[in-house]
Amino acid sequence: MIERPESAVASIAQRNLEGYVGFANLPNQVYRKSVKRGFEFTLMVVGESGLGKSTLINSLFLTDLYSKDYPGPSLRIKKTVQVEQSKVLVKEGGVQLTLTIVDTPGFGDAVDNSNCWQPVINYIDSKCEDFLNAESRVNRRLMPDNRVHCCLYFIAPSGHGLKPLDVEFMKRLHDKVNVIPLIAKADTLTPEECQLFKKQIMKEIQEHKIQIYEFPDTEDDEDSKLIRKIKEQMPLAVVGSNVVIEVNGKKVRGRQYPWGVAEVENGEHCDFTVLRNMLIRTHMQDLKDVTNNVHYENYRSRKLAAVTCNGGVDTSKTKNQMTRSPLAQMEEERREHVMKMKKMETEMEQVFEMKVKEKKQKLKDSEAELERRHEQMKKNLEAQYKELEEKKRHHEEEKSNWEAQQRILEQQKLEASKTMEKNKKKGKIF
Amino acid sequence: MAATEIARQAGEGARAVPLAGHVGFDSMPDQLVNKSVNHGFCFNILCVGETGLGKSTLMDTLFNTKFEGEPTQHNQPGVQLKSNTYELQESNVRLKLTVVNTVGFGDQINKEDSYKSIVEFIDTQFEAYLQEELKIKRTLHSYHDTRIHACLYFIAPTGHSLKSLDLVTMKKLDSKVNIIPIIAKSDAISKSELTKFKIKITSELVSNGVQIYQFPTDDETVAEINSTMNGHLPFAVVGSTEEVKIGNKMVKARQYPWGTVQVENESHCDFVKLREMLIRVNMEDLREQTHTRHYELYRRCKLEEMGFKDTDPDCKPFSLQETYEAKRNEFMGDLQKKEEEMRQMFVQRVKEKEAELKEAEKELHEKFDRLKKLHQDEKKKLEDKKKSLDDELNGFKQKKTAAELLQSQAQQAGGSTTLKRDKERKNNPWLCTE
Repeated sequence: MIERPESAVASIAQRNLEGYVGFANLPNQVYRKSVKRGFEFTLMVVGESGLGKSTLINSLFLTDLYSKDYPGPSLRIKKTVQVEQSKVLVKEGGVQLTLTIVDTPGFGDAVDNSNCWQPVINYIDSKCEDFLNAESRVNRRLMPDNRVHCCLYFIAPSGHGLKPLDVEFMKRLHDKVNVIPLIAKADTLTPEECQLFKKQIMKEIQEHKIQIYEFPDTEDDEDSKLIRKIKEQMPLAVVGSNVVIEVNGKKVRGRQYPWGVAEVENGEHCDFTVLRNMLIRTHMQDLKDVTNNVHYENYRSRKLAAVTCNGGVDTSKTKNQMTRSPLAQMEEERREHVMKMKKMETEMEQVFEMKVKEKKQKLKDSEAELERRHEQMKKNLEAQYKELEEKKRHHEEEKSNWEAQQRILEQQKLEASKTMEKNKKKGKIF
Repeated sequence: MAATEIARQAGEGARAVPLAGHVGFDSMPDQLVNKSVNHGFCFNILCVGETGLGKSTLMDTLFNTKFEGEPTQHNQPGVQLKSNTYELQESNVRLKLTVVNTVGFGDQINKEDSYKSIVEFIDTQFEAYLQEELKIKRTLHSYHDTRIHACLYFIAPTGHSLKSLDLVTMKKLDSKVNIIPIIAKSDAISKSELTKFKIKITSELVSNGVQIYQFPTDDETVAEINSTMNGHLPFAVVGSTEEVKIGNKMVKARQYPWGTVQVENESHCDFVKLREMLIRVNMEDLREQTHTRHYELYRRCKLEEMGFKDTDPDCKPFSLQETYEAKRNEFMGDLQKKEEEMRQMFVQRVKEKEAELKEAEKELHEKFDRLKKLHQDEKKKLEDKKKSLDDELNGFKQKKTAAELLQSQAQQAGGSTTLKRDKERKNNPWLCTE
């Protein structure tokens, strides 16, 4: 794998512009392109039947998402928890939005509600999985984003506190999706009751360490103030209505009671406007970003860690592995293996060489030994030879001496006999 | 920002519904824009061209600031890429600009490998991004994107045609980066020559199949201006950071004895067109093209190289998990096989060496057996000789003893004879003695 060159991450210098350049137009370029692309948003609503979920959706988006032709899930009787999605295309001010509403009919309606959150979790995970697979393909092209960007959780307006089911659900989903708890049918609570209820809920949420969606801090003071105000009003108490009523000459959405009209968009009656502004007008993009950067990434790293580390128990090793891609991980393992093999190879090579050397040395030694012995024997032989030669020479000398002597003796004898003969001749002998 | 940008709306199954009032999601583009402004933008330009064509000056002129760098000499041994990153701000928009310069391009005698370091650099940036994207724990959101978004290719103002180095380099780069060819130092070309030059360049590029960057014409807001500008490519530019007083304004210009070339005068050169197209209108599109086209191509090739496929032999799509698991099993099997192979090889070697050494040992023994035999023979010879000598000695001894015996006998006899003679002499003193 190619290493990242140091020059790419060098120090960054500041420069001042001395004139017009034009990149201040970049935001407009981004604007233009995003409008052309269009937007997507997936909203999930969870809560018991009859809490006014469908009505709230209609009120939020000022449309009849659930109408006679497309009846809402609440009008259909469900035995088990279903997860159903409806996709609509809405246009406003040149901006196109593909809105997906995910409903969960049957949630919390059974007598035994254990695991009723499981279909919801499965749905969320399956959407993440789809995205993960699409993102990991070799040929990537259009990747529709069907991940759940926001989950509105409807709390029944009991006025007391969270039900065990509420706690359980939120605890299980807060790390998978942006959870925004709402107090449904808030027109059954007086403002004081509502305040108490809200405080109680927030206390319980904190106690159970549930992480609901948090508004990001902004540098803008104005926005910060607004955000702080919204935070104080959490969870938002909402009222929804499909009916338009005339109040003081104005047409408003509201609920008509004998004692008055509860207006949906009246800030003093309920927090609907706050919800709508926050959800749609100011933080829709942030909800998508948090889903993408936090919840999806969590899902992805969990999924990939399971695949590559094969449930590795050694935490120190897995921590290191997490900072790499699975492929880099394999590459690293391959490199380690190559090193191991090299080491093994050098070790084996060493042992081999050593043994060969030993054997060769032994061979050499025995050769030397044999040579030596041979030499010795040769020397011995030579010595003997020399001795023999010496003896022979000595003998020869002796022999020749003796022979010479003999010859002299012989000569003498001969002379003597000759003299004797002479003397004999001279007649001396009688 | 990247992953969500790829996500497109799937229109299937979505029915259009009318809205009964103002919902407010038309603020979505603004929300998006605010986020990106807060996050800051990033843009990377690569300048490719021979030394001395005014690349650095043009960058300084384009961005109205002084970037690093001194003019380089012509004696570079190879092509190197020098990259510098700057933080610029215009009104509320922050831009992290990286300018990459090719140093020594076109200076060597043998320019065959000139393009290689450029291609390598571009690939390195893609690889870095790919690695980040494939990590288990990744931070794409805060990743500093170093991929090259635009390549300004500087053409020497010969007035005739493209050099073969230019064609070769651009052909190698056109599938990896957005190429915007520009005629450098165009104040050396007259207007009529320029038109001919541009036509020649364009036709050469087309006939060689080089794909340069086309300004996008699919968005109605900018389609018109973009298509007009496409017809003016390649832009003939002049760069200058010196200011000259024209009328009552100070403008960037180059002063000659015969006149002043004003950089921002559209009838003098295409500098303004370049700035408009590159920065003000299409910067975002350049980034998008880099990400969705060039990077995707690189990624696809890389993954295919590593053996990843989208469908198995039965044409069923693979899930990511299956792919990774399959890869991993293959990989482990591969490693084990390698280990086995190495072991086998060693076993083989040991066997061979053993045989060799045994052979040597045998030879040695044979040698010494022969020597021993020789020695035996020699010994035997010696024995024989000894024996013969001994025999001779014995013989001699016998002879000697015999002779001595004879002698002693003779002496005795002779002695007696001599004695007799002596006696006789005694008796006969008148016997002649010698």
